[in-house]
Amino acid sequence: MSVKQAVLSQFQLVAKEQKKRLAPLSDDLVLLDSGLDSLCVAIVVARLEDALGVDPFGTAADGDFPVTVGDFVKLYEDAAR
Amino acid sequence: MPPADDRSLWRRVGAAGWLTERALRSADGDVMLETLAHRSSLGGALERLRGRSVLIATRDQLPAALALIELDGVARRLVLATPDLPAEHLAYVTETAEIEAVVTDGPLPEVVTSRVSTTVMGTTVLEAPRARSVGSEWILLTSGTTGPPKMVVHTLASLTDPITPGGPVGAPAVWSTFYDIRRYGGLQIFLRAMVGGGSLVLSSATEATGDFLTRAGGSGVTHISGTPSHWRRALMSPSARAIGPRYVRLSGEIADQAVLDRLRDGYPHASLGHAFASTEAGVAFEVDDGRAGFPAARIGQPGSVELTIVDDSLRIRSGRTATRYLGAGAPPLRDADGFVDTGDMVERRGDRYYFVGRRDGIINVGGLKVHPEEVEAVINAHPRVRVSVVRTRRSPITGALVVADVMPSEEADAAGAAATTLELEVLQRCRESLARHKVPAAITVVPSLAMTAGGKLVRARA
Repeated sequence: MSVKQAVLSQFQLVAKEQKKRLAPLSDDLVLLDSGLDSLCVAIVVARLEDALGVDPFGTAADGDFPVTVGDFVKLYEDAAR
Repeated sequence: MPPADDRSLWRRVGAAGWLTERALRSADGDVMLETLAHRSSLGGALERLRGRSVLIATRDQLPAALALIELDGVARRLVLATPDLPAEHLAYVTETAEIEAVVTDGPLPEVVTSRVSTTVMGTTVLEAPRARSVGSEWILLTSGTTGPPKMVVHTLASLTDPITPGGPVGAPAVWSTFYDIRRYGGLQIFLRAMVGGGSLVLSSATEATGDFLTRAGGSGVTHISGTPSHWRRALMSPSARAIGPRYVRLSGEIADQAVLDRLRDGYPHASLGHAFASTEAGVAFEVDDGRAGFPAARIGQPGSVELTIVDDSLRIRSGRTATRYLGAGAPPLRDADGFVDTGDMVERRGDRYYFVGRRDGIINVGGLKVHPEEVEAVINAHPRVRVSVVRTRRSPITGALVVADVMPSEEADAAGAAATTLELEVLQRCRESLARHKVPAAITVVPSLAMTAGGKLVRARA
């Protein structure tokens, strides 16, 4: 599974578990408009850390927090490299 | 005129100047502070509230803010209900604080109305605020280990002690906070704006982060505060650039280096500070060097705020701490030397101390407290669970998440498909009976859990 697929499938899984309605995922969808709240995103990040072994949020880094789904995926793609 | 007069919040609001230009701004509308000089927000009831113990239990923050400004120095006691206070605890609060009147903007449960004689709806009528006469107690609520909230006694003096008078500036500061002002962190910002000569943009529980940022930006916010979780969420909003503050403040949770770095990059023109404060201990210190943790040299330093570490837990003595808890049988709030034990555990690395979690194991999920025991009780009620330990897992988004280790009653359940089934069943149980933030983000079935020599479960610190 590609990093992107891993990320998107966690979005869907956590949305289902948390009974949140997930907006159709696209690269330019704003994360805060995706239907996932902070708790959902926190769970996604924890699961991805377990699955991919990276935590791009927790490490001090330059650059901005991801705003869109595309930014979020890219953060993990870069970290997994 | 008694000295208390000059120290009342309304007098200090006025003494800070700029009254005609300053406002309290909410999602539903603005109130210019100057209008309070001519008319009361309390529907003609101000005189009836003199010397009374008053509960401020409003749905919205704005009427609470106005009531605080008008009633400090008038009421004997001001009790500030938090927005999420369950109705069943309102009765306890009313009883314990000997409430005689309630300021509200909506219906109240019968448990409260049956006890009080005066209910004030927050409607505006003409009435000039009268001379002030008493030093009011301010009672803040904070969640207890179990059951009713702890009622923490402050005064306007202890609450405003951390506020240093700002130098002359070209225009009044515009403060804002993601917090609700009925919690200590938000109340600090409210008071900073009020006694420091500024305006305040109030947040709203029903407003999306992006909309709030846009509204704050539109009001020209210059100083803004929130928890690290608030800020992480803000930085993920396209509206993060709607504000251009001069001062960005974090408090209420551990500020890690990642969020500090991102705020520095996101708001390069702002000075960045993280404060350590709690309802009981007040504001202990503010760190403005952009680094996580705080300088080790701060411990033991003489001054108006003294810090000491006992058994790895931070203790604070200052004029900013609360004096006591309200209620018969409440534990002492300060130790014999006048220090407040924060229960926040610190660890020294090099020349700095870092917060590493709570002694009582309380997990702070994005500013919401979780008592591990409450979650464990739900898990342990599952017939195939022998015992469980609920722990914190660091989260770069919400600061912490709840996770659980579960030891099954039967060895056969400890591995394989049986373990997976048990995990799912326990999770289902938690979802049915716990608030979302208390439900473990991960459950791990383990063959055994470590015990101390005394037979207690070992709780690893965060």
